[in-house]
Amino acid sequence: MNLILFTFIVLLGFTSYYFGRKKAYTIQYTKKRLTALPQFYGYYLAIWCAIPAFIIFSLWAIFEPTIVKLLILSDYSNQGYLDNELNLIYEKIKSLSRGQFTGEITPFIEASAKKYINLRSIAQSSKVVIVLSAIIASGAYAYKRISSNSRTREPVEKFLKAVLFTASLAAILTTVGIIFSLIFQTIDFFKVIPLFDFVFGTHWYPAKAFVRDSSEALDPSMYSDTFGAVPIFAGTFFIAFIAMCVAIPIGLMSGIYLAEYASIKVRQYAKPLIEILAGIPTVVYGFFAALTVGPFLKEIGNSMGLDVSAESALAAGGVMGIMIIPFISSLSDDVITSVPQSLRDGSYAMGATKSETIKKVIFPAALPGIVGSILLGVSRAIGETMIVVMASGLAANLTLNPLESTSTITAQIVVILIGDQAFGDPKTQAAFALGMSLFLVTLCLNIVALRVVKKYREKYE
Amino acid sequence: MKKNGVKMIKISSKNVDVFYGKKQALFNINLDIEENQVTALIGPSGCGKSTFLRCLNRMNDVIDICRVKGQIIINDFDINDKSCDVVRLREKIGMVFQKPNPFPKTIYENISYGPTIHGMAQSKNEMDEIVETSLKKAALWEEVQDRLHEPGTGLSGGQQQRLCIARAISVKPEVILMDEPCSALDPIATAQIEELIDELKKDHTIIIVTHSMAQAARVSQNTGFFHLGELIEHGSTDKIFKNPENKKTQDYITGRFG
Repeated sequence: MNLILFTFIVLLGFTSYYFGRKKAYTIQYTKKRLTALPQFYGYYLAIWCAIPAFIIFSLWAIFEPTIVKLLILSDYSNQGYLDNELNLIYEKIKSLSRGQFTGEITPFIEASAKKYINLRSIAQSSKVVIVLSAIIASGAYAYKRISSNSRTREPVEKFLKAVLFTASLAAILTTVGIIFSLIFQTIDFFKVIPLFDFVFGTHWYPAKAFVRDSSEALDPSMYSDTFGAVPIFAGTFFIAFIAMCVAIPIGLMSGIYLAEYASIKVRQYAKPLIEILAGIPTVVYGFFAALTVGPFLKEIGNSMGLDVSAESALAAGGVMGIMIIPFISSLSDDVITSVPQSLRDGSYAMGATKSETIKKVIFPAALPGIVGSILLGVSRAIGETMIVVMASGLAANLTLNPLESTSTITAQIVVILIGDQAFGDPKTQAAFALGMSLFLVTLCLNIVALRVVKKYREKYE
Repeated sequence: MKKNGVKMIKISSKNVDVFYGKKQALFNINLDIEENQVTALIGPSGCGKSTFLRCLNRMNDVIDICRVKGQIIINDFDINDKSCDVVRLREKIGMVFQKPNPFPKTIYENISYGPTIHGMAQSKNEMDEIVETSLKKAALWEEVQDRLHEPGTGLSGGQQQRLCIARAISVKPEVILMDEPCSALDPIATAQIEELIDELKKDHTIIIVTHSMAQAARVSQNTGFFHLGELIEHGSTDKIFKNPENKKTQDYITGRFG
């Protein structure tokens, strides 16, 4: 029923477009000058027909279940049920009304089920009536307005603006929603684990929290020395550092080559090839790191008499660096290409060589964009999960030896949230606290990146 | 300038052809440029005058598809020869562009750029001196002496163009090429640059491409008229403007086409 009504509204919207346009042509035919192009009349009528009906339709869909539930449960209100018992009764009534309930039924509940069916059908038919009359009323109003050849262009433009605004609002609200979902769990976590222990503790061992029997009362003291985040923060930045040591030089140099030295033909093939790297799923990089690079490094290390762990920070960071190369190379290529040719000409005309021009004129001019691309790379390195989970292990060692295994924030979130969760447990909430701190770190990086870019952007022009 | 009544030729181009890919842009250009004089190159848009100018310091090298044939002799040396060192050539032949293009650096660094590349200053004092004389020669010193370490891009259009001229003369070039140097400037800034050009010709040979016939008449001693990639006529500015030999030149100068 809902689907039919919805389809009807959409179809009506389309037809009314043609009606509106036709009306415009008739106005034109009677030698009056139109105030806008004929299709604006069509859009105007279509919007007025479909949008009010659609809004009523959606509001109805949102509020109908709640109202019906209130009406049904009002019969039970003075019988001393608890809230979740009431919910259970309501579920019983609903499944009974669908004929799917097979347990014991009291006559009272059966009566409620009949009432429920009754209410629903009243709601359905009144919905159809109201939506249809809304279409007729607003459509007639709009049709009358376009008959008098009044303005249609401005309302249509305003409507489009509103649609675009709603779209961007949806994106922003989602972000806000995610932040809030993180915040409340994080606050709960810090009620049990002191902030100080989390930020300065050097021992991360969430497995300890797995042992707790959930029926026991929560005893904060048992978590001391369990959620010290220093090792995993250190691991995160350490692996990101190794990754950037690989990605920045290679990415920048290939970016400069592509932008300044490569002939059009080479560039045509080389750029897409480098960008293929960006299209490889990170899980593939992950097993490349874990099964190829890791053992390879171990072998080399052993032959030199070094003790290399098969899951080393070096393997994970190195492969992560390779993953980030295309971002830095592609972005810095774009920035360098957008430096005006007149600056290059000016430098060449002074007798500067190509490398002098790049070093002294182009690179400084492109620096803000290059810094931006590097910070973007850092954000990716910090947020990268799969490679670390697969190649660097899950034990949160506090170490600065690239040949040992270490772990990162993202990898620990995976460890904590894999399998069955007990919500409201400090172990699960730790994941939210980690997610929140990760979010804050990348947010700061992005803000810094934007600042840097903004500060230097107007330097040439 | 005449020495013992003989015109001193600074640059001599012989049978110069230029191609962009398969399209020929210049046809057999033979033009002599007199030393310490201003030579104006005029002609309608797309006639090849800028292309010719860019041949003189081999700026066409920057364009991949561009090929130059023929000889361009400067100081008895063919700059199209393989043995020519482009870095040295461009040190001797400076260039000022249509749109002011100061580097996104300070005023001081803009001027010291060339001397640093060519290793012309041994100490900070020497460099300070080069910067000061260049800015003075470009008639910009008075306006910027208190803000040498502010960005050059913060100057006005006319000041930026004089900064570019100062940058060009900082390496003491023998020749300065100017590609429509005033087309982005207002009349007052244009007048300042024209005055400057007159001053600069004491020490430098100047070749200027311009769309303004009045400007060519004001600043130059010699004029060459280009049309569709060919050099139609050249000679003293007086003669070209008052008594041209070729009908096309006459038509262009009187504004009948172009």
